[in-house]
Amino acid sequence: MQLSHFTAVLVFAFFVSIVFGITQKDNTKDMIRYGAFCFALFAGGTIAASWLMWFIRH
Amino acid sequence: MAQARAVPQSEEITGFSILALIAGWLVPGAGHFIQKRWIRGTLLAISVLAMFVLGLMMNGKVYDAHPGDLLDMLGIVGDIGSGILYIVAAVGSLGHSAIQMASADYGTKFIIVAGLMNIVAAVDAHHIALGKKK
Repeated sequence: MQLSHFTAVLVFAFFVSIVFGITQKDNTKDMIRYGAFCFALFAGGTIAASWLMWFIRH
Repeated sequence: MAQARAVPQSEEITGFSILALIAGWLVPGAGHFIQKRWIRGTLLAISVLAMFVLGLMMNGKVYDAHPGDLLDMLGIVGDIGSGILYIVAAVGSLGHSAIQMASADYGTKFIIVAGLMNIVAAVDAHHIALGKKK
């Protein structure tokens, strides 16, 4: 199986965010909120880093 | 004047808390299952299992018990965190020994991170058993 770079990031971010959300917070609402925050940081950070590398290259 | 902060009391380590830690390490989610945290345990088990299986499907490397260099030793530490998943993969010779393409490198990282996430989940189960966490 071959995943594209971005798909691999999204899959990675999804599962890691679930674990972070459950293990780092005490109640369900905070778990969901923190998990979504982690996912956004993973995905957003990757997109930002990608654009940064594009600007450096060009 | 500022009020004195309440100092958290040290929780006593019990046999059950150790059992939760070891069970959570050996079988992903088991540390939560034995404390009847069914939903949390299921989500953790699915996450760790999915990462591990996806890593294998991407031809990721499963480090063996005879490391060639220091970085391989770090890989083994991550892999062993998966508990029984690593044992099955190592005994069954699953995964590739050499990384030949980019997605296989991702797969290797998926397998290592699955192990590290499982350790985090096992420690979480330990903390729940100690009463440090709800």
